[in-house]
Amino acid sequence: MQGSVESLRRSPKKFDFEAFLNTKAATVILPTIATVVLFMIWEAAVLALKIQPFNLPAPSKILEASIKFAPQLAENSLRTIWTTFAGFILASVVGIVLGFLIGYSKLIYLTFYPLLVAFNTIPKSALVPLLAVWFGANAIPAIVTAFLLAFFPIAVNVALGLETIEPEMKDVLYALGASDFEIFQKVGWPHTLPYVFASLKIAVSFSFIGAVIAESIASNAGLGYLIVQAASDFNVPLAFAALIALAVLGVMLYALFVAVEKKVIYWAR
Amino acid sequence: MVQPLTSTSNEIVSPSMPLLEFDKIGLEYPFEESMRTIIQEISLSVQPGEFVTFVGPSGCGKTSILRMVSGLSPTKIGELRCHNQAVTKPLKNVGIAFQNPVLLPWRRTIDNVLLPLEIVSPYKRDFKVNRARYLEMAQKLLQAVGLKDFQQQFPWQLSGGMRQRASLCRALIHQPEILLLDEPFGALDAFTREEMWVMLQTLWMQAKCVGMLITHDLREAVFLSDTVYVMSPRPSEIVFKLKVDLPRPRTLEMCLSDEFAHLAAELRRHIHKS
Repeated sequence: MQGSVESLRRSPKKFDFEAFLNTKAATVILPTIATVVLFMIWEAAVLALKIQPFNLPAPSKILEASIKFAPQLAENSLRTIWTTFAGFILASVVGIVLGFLIGYSKLIYLTFYPLLVAFNTIPKSALVPLLAVWFGANAIPAIVTAFLLAFFPIAVNVALGLETIEPEMKDVLYALGASDFEIFQKVGWPHTLPYVFASLKIAVSFSFIGAVIAESIASNAGLGYLIVQAASDFNVPLAFAALIALAVLGVMLYALFVAVEKKVIYWAR
Repeated sequence: MVQPLTSTSNEIVSPSMPLLEFDKIGLEYPFEESMRTIIQEISLSVQPGEFVTFVGPSGCGKTSILRMVSGLSPTKIGELRCHNQAVTKPLKNVGIAFQNPVLLPWRRTIDNVLLPLEIVSPYKRDFKVNRARYLEMAQKLLQAVGLKDFQQQFPWQLSGGMRQRASLCRALIHQPEILLLDEPFGALDAFTREEMWVMLQTLWMQAKCVGMLITHDLREAVFLSDTVYVMSPRPSEIVFKLKVDLPRPRTLEMCLSDEFAHLAAELRRHIHKS
């Protein structure tokens, strides 16, 4: 490992920083230290500058609010998770199918791709009030928004994956008399999987954002809804607690997909 | 129907029964407002068990010839016949190895070699039942190229030369009648390339099929072939046919002999002429 020979030449008892950077522990310890230090600075700043909890609550106050409102935080977190996933799963199915259609059929690509691009540029948060009119202020606008934000990136990535298959890989099978479906099954699909997963990682974050935005505009539950409610009650510590819950959830979602990806696409490094 | 050849020697069998016939083959591409001729006219025949090589300048249509034989891009001018029937679509009696080994990265080496058996009937039908027997076939091929210990590795864990060896095994596992090779060793260094000639010769002599090679390396052509065809630049034709009568199995020492040098020089002379 880089630097390990030099470290042996120095004192073997001295901590080898470069070797440490390459360990798995480093990927957990370093961000944790940064987060803790951030909270410590935050707490100190609020105390020192005598900032009102109304404006910027100290981490200790946020923790207090989290414990006090734990049931509401839990309930609304679950709602956001479920709307995110519902929208995301729909987006995955539609996105993957659409991606394959665009990738395999020139006709579909030429006809629909420009329309999709146009649709994708509309800010989805602008659609939420309309969705609320159609479906009511409940989980549905959140699910639909999550879906709308996520399906196009997935479709594009899948289509891109199909375009990058080496023709010789397909030729090896064509020369053996393989059918188009067999080629899809043995080459097209496995080749595209890394692209699918790359897009799923990003798409789940988009779904999450979409769900929260919809909840903050027109919903009856969810973390976005909770933030708006807390702010209107001037319960700023609770609003912050919900924000932090959002951050934690977002990171967990992304990490989940990274783990799944590692398992399924073992051949892509 | 795929029929492994049963002749026990590599001698050219009766010349009146060619396996492949090129009957006034040509190739044109639309270019700007007219057609550009790549291949003017080629007529020749290939006997069962014969190893032929095409050499010539870039762009003369060598790769297109392989694609015609395999059925990937059937010829539109003239007729290419295999067993006296025009080749109009992919025939299953062909194995191909390209310059890029294109092994499927999500499959282990042994599963890459087994791939043709999942597609070509009659192997395809009984794949699950005969899996053990097919595995043995694959391992025997890998053994012949020295990859038996690497059968569980993924392609990214192999070197370029090893991947190309695996690609050759994949091209032969379904016992094809014709082995097509499109500059298979072009990406390898000179020493590895010479080892690969010997390996290819071993595999081909075991398989007893027709070999059809494209290469820029004249020594490679002489080492491996029974017949070498020199093509002119486009619009191309065959300008020279060289018969290589060196005894088999050929060794790398033979490459140092006068006869070998003379043959390679003959080829070079005809390429310069065109």
